Amino acid sequence: MTDRPMIEAEGLHKTYGETRAVDGVSLSVPRGSILGVLGPNGAGKTTTVRMLTTMTTPDAGTVHVAGIDVVADPRAARRRIGVTGQDATLDELLTGRQNLQMIGRLSRLSKPAAAARAEQLLDEFDLTYAADRQAKGYSGGMRRRLDLAASMVSRPEVLFLDEPTTGLDPTSRLRMWDVIRSLVAEGTTLLLTTQYLDEADELADAISVIDHGRVIAHGTARELKAMVGGEQLELTLSEPSGVAVGALSALVTSAITTSDDGRTLRAAVTPGAGKATAIIRALDDAGIAVDDVQFHHPSLDDVFFALTGSPAEAAAPTDPELLEVPR
Amino acid sequence: MTTLTAPPSRPADVPVPPAATVDPPATGLARAKEWVSDVAVLTYRNLVHVRREPAQLSDATIQPVLFTLLFVYIFGSAMAIAGGGSYKMFAIGGLVTMNLTTASMGTAVGMSSDVATGMMNRFRTLPMSRSAILAGRTISDLFAAALCGTIVLLTGLAIGWRPDHGIVGVVEGMAVALLFAYALSWFTACVGLLVGDPEAAQGVGMVILFPLAFLSTCFVPAAGLPAFPKVIAEWNPVSAVAGSCRELFGNPNPAALSDVWPAQHPVLMAVGSSLVILAICVPLASHLLRKATTD
Repeated sequence: MTDRPMIEAEGLHKTYGETRAVDGVSLSVPRGSILGVLGPNGAGKTTTVRMLTTMTTPDAGTVHVAGIDVVADPRAARRRIGVTGQDATLDELLTGRQNLQMIGRLSRLSKPAAAARAEQLLDEFDLTYAADRQAKGYSGGMRRRLDLAASMVSRPEVLFLDEPTTGLDPTSRLRMWDVIRSLVAEGTTLLLTTQYLDEADELADAISVIDHGRVIAHGTARELKAMVGGEQLELTLSEPSGVAVGALSALVTSAITTSDDGRTLRAAVTPGAGKATAIIRALDDAGIAVDDVQFHHPSLDDVFFALTGSPAEAAAPTDPELLEVPR
Repeated sequence: MTTLTAPPSRPADVPVPPAATVDPPATGLARAKEWVSDVAVLTYRNLVHVRREPAQLSDATIQPVLFTLLFVYIFGSAMAIAGGGSYKMFAIGGLVTMNLTTASMGTAVGMSSDVATGMMNRFRTLPMSRSAILAGRTISDLFAAALCGTIVLLTGLAIGWRPDHGIVGVVEGMAVALLFAYALSWFTACVGLLVGDPEAAQGVGMVILFPLAFLSTCFVPAAGLPAFPKVIAEWNPVSAVAGSCRELFGNPNPAALSDVWPAQHPVLMAVGSSLVILAICVPLASHLLRKATTD
């Protein structure tokens, strides 16, 4: 087993007209692991994936996938990779089975091998019941599963999934996560882009945060959260108070953000015995009434906010009120 | 290929086989075999489309019947053919040509659909031959054209058209018409790749192909036309194809009375212009496909 990473990208650049879509991205993904590439819309995630998967030639930089120079020998690279783009690319008029068989044949499987592989994937992705229906009649979740199955036909060693769960309902999303986990359990190396922080948190061994075409942070979810520091404190006051920030500042380890209505305050704190008591006492001394005190572990939302100064898009679980507060 | 012999389901913890052993040597013969296989797969896929897409199916089956009946019975009622013969006998060669000319628009629609639906993106991530996309498309459209032409002939036979040169003449005439249709397919493939949107491709194709089909001797002999359209009709390769069909089928061909070169040598003109179109459009379409799939 070689120690060389299955995906290695160095200094990738891609400019479209005046726009620097990707401005010096480097990535490295060890065999059998999942890298989550996290970033808002337009951060350069898809362009990066297109360069890694032979669909776009980088203006500068190198890409090696499974040890193959992707720019020099795209066809050899295509034998090793599977790609699922943001939009399901299915043949609408073919049935699910015909789609998989066609991809199999075009991936250099023999006719019987392509047929056998199609049956197996239909079964694995729970699509056998719809195998003889045209893809145009498939639901969103079925389309994504068929699309993912299509990228698995040649048993690729390296799989690229560009926002695999965008637009899926929660049930289909969880199901997709299970499928992705089982792929990696079988030894596939995976790069997955997402704008959902919980998805990266849930699936990825390591996360690269991309914004404006650059990697602005890299690490495990735990490491990234540690960057934000300690626990997150969230206080709800009975009514807005001009002196609350002053009263709290000695007890917290970060700047304090205040919501638009002035009632919710947020900051990082070092956890410790009696912390909540100390905070409430300090506020009480200042004559401020408190409705609610919460401590929570930092989420990737907090990380993204701390790194980019803007909220992660479509990060449903977070209270939008808090995210709109300028730091 | 290692992938073929891999066990159906890999147990956990067993690493993926090392990549270096997967590739067959990229010899010319291996590449050629892969190309033929890709073309066959894509041709089959496109033919499934023709069967499942009502518009495409109707273009190849119902439209030729309708056009044949309408033209023969409506134009035919008011038409006298110079040099004798009935309009019915005159019309079928022209109708085969006209139907194949307009049906070649299908290639523009097919190519632009593959671009618009993202199917082209999927193809680009597969270890397949890029030129097979064009070959598969034009070959499946050739099959559709053969079906379309055959339906015109069968409709003709049903309403009393008779080819004096028998089956051999019919096959020869169809071969000339299909070669021309194949060449036009490559031309409309260029249109489809340039336009990139199926509906726009259909529109642009109509604007080019309809005048081409109608400013010809498909429906009326050139002799009766006003001066300017007459020159166009006489030199239009579509007229040469229609003339070739009439000559080879053994039907009345009034163009033979004209002393213009293409009218005197319809088969030479038809085959020659088909080859010229292919010589220009095959490399052009390949270039446009490369451009459409590279960024």
